[in-house]
Amino acid sequence: MRAPDTSEILLEVEGVSLAFGGVKALRDVSFDIRKGEIRAIIGPNGAGKTSMLNVINGFYHPNRGAITFKGRTRARMEPFEASRGGIARTFQNVALFKGMSALDNIMAGRTLKMRRGLLWQMLRYGPALAEEIEHRHRVEEIIDFLEIEAIRTVPVARLPYGLQKRVELGRALAMEPDLLLLDEPMAGMNLEEKEDMSRFIIDVNNHYGTTIALIEHDMAVVMDLSHRVAVLDHGVKIADGTPDEVKKNQAVIDAYLGVAH
Amino acid sequence: MSGVLYSLVALGFVLIFKASGVFNFAQGAMVLLAGLALVRSLDLLVAWGFPLWAAIIFGIGFAAVIMAIAAWLIERFVIGPLVNQDGLTLFMSTIGVTFILEGAAQMIFGSDAYPLRLFPTDAWFLFENLFPGGILVNKLDVWGGFIAGILVAGLAIFFERTKTGRALRAVADDHLAAQSVGIPISWIWFVVWLAAGLVALVAATVWGTKLGVQFSITFLALKALPVLIIGGLTSIPGAIVGGLIVGAGEKIAEVFLGSYIGGGIEYWFAYVLALAVLLVRPQGLFGERIIERI
Repeated sequence: MRAPDTSEILLEVEGVSLAFGGVKALRDVSFDIRKGEIRAIIGPNGAGKTSMLNVINGFYHPNRGAITFKGRTRARMEPFEASRGGIARTFQNVALFKGMSALDNIMAGRTLKMRRGLLWQMLRYGPALAEEIEHRHRVEEIIDFLEIEAIRTVPVARLPYGLQKRVELGRALAMEPDLLLLDEPMAGMNLEEKEDMSRFIIDVNNHYGTTIALIEHDMAVVMDLSHRVAVLDHGVKIADGTPDEVKKNQAVIDAYLGVAH
Repeated sequence: MSGVLYSLVALGFVLIFKASGVFNFAQGAMVLLAGLALVRSLDLLVAWGFPLWAAIIFGIGFAAVIMAIAAWLIERFVIGPLVNQDGLTLFMSTIGVTFILEGAAQMIFGSDAYPLRLFPTDAWFLFENLFPGGILVNKLDVWGGFIAGILVAGLAIFFERTKTGRALRAVADDHLAAQSVGIPISWIWFVVWLAAGLVALVAATVWGTKLGVQFSITFLALKALPVLIIGGLTSIPGAIVGGLIVGAGEKIAEVFLGSYIGGGIEYWFAYVLALAVLLVRPQGLFGERIIERI
């Protein structure tokens, strides 16, 4: 895919290390995400990919290193600060609000954007009503976009896995994020669902200009979708570049296929 | 009829369960704390020469502040550090909270039984000219029903319509996901515990008027359990209906069955009812159906 025109850096990770007791999940990892690009992070199981995402959106606090997002550098931040700053994410094992409908799940993504006071919302009166309608409007757009009109009132726990993933993406989109983190958006999907999801990811990137960082196992998907790929292995970054460069990198081939010691 | 009063306590349980997935064992202790704070400040204010209406307003305000402080402390030191933990872990921690609240409340405000007179306790006699004696309606029960109705309507609207209500339900379902969409969990939990504290305060005003504010109020929490099972853990209207069923059921059973098996049915009949409901409808009469994809 063609890389975006700008080379402005949206997020930069510098020398991040993270350890759980004796287990070093990340060791001195640095990379950047440019504005408007689709950035993939790949690596074998246990390479530290999800840990990296968790550091970016504040679930984990790195032991060392710093993260610069939109020009602001900080060593640690809380999840709600990250989302307030414009980082949205999805999870490897779908994390939806199971008892709530698809619509309510996506509306929950608008929480930060709603401003009106509690009392007005309870009375459904005046500005609060206008606000609710406006947000419903935006949410319906997202529902259209993801082609899930038919299931909008179904409690998400009843939906098949592929659709749950889609609702989760919808919730993240409802936040109108500057940076969208996708943790294995296609895990456990069949071919058709994967193609749908790929299409949505590309559309989000094209239409809304959202910067996307994704973790994925399916190599073919990663190579098709992403502009640049960073490869982690045992918590260390072993390669970084365009899909073609990474594909030819000997360290990457060794990490994936194993190498005789 | 004590059914309405059971409902008031059960409401507090439902509120916290709905909003955080935690079964709050401390609800009874919170009723005690709220009642003691109210009755003691009321006595003090009246002794200082405040007119009764002013004393009531300030007393309720003071008790509300106490509940807010308790909510903040509980969130900060007990529930807050347990984010992303299992529901059972959180439940155990509320048992600890129970003992601390009971101890602290009695240490600060005293451990006697204190009479509280907020609502009229006399009764109306209706239809006296229709049949001898008429129907006795306790004014306190009418008040209790009235207040419970307002509470339920308010809470239902709060949960369904506001973004905070939606955020509360979201937190109950998944802590991580809620954090990822920018819901500040600690604030939400504070709101929940505060709301449960205020419901406890309302329950305390009604129960306190009926029985006096005393330690045995905490045992109400146990009576609220069958109410919850019957009504459904997640349903606010269910708490009300469950309360009425238990309240009416235990009296009726006492009157009609009591003489056959020696009386005392009132004390355990609610649990039998709850057991029967569990067998037929595990989610309770109004609970959300339990859906699990396997």
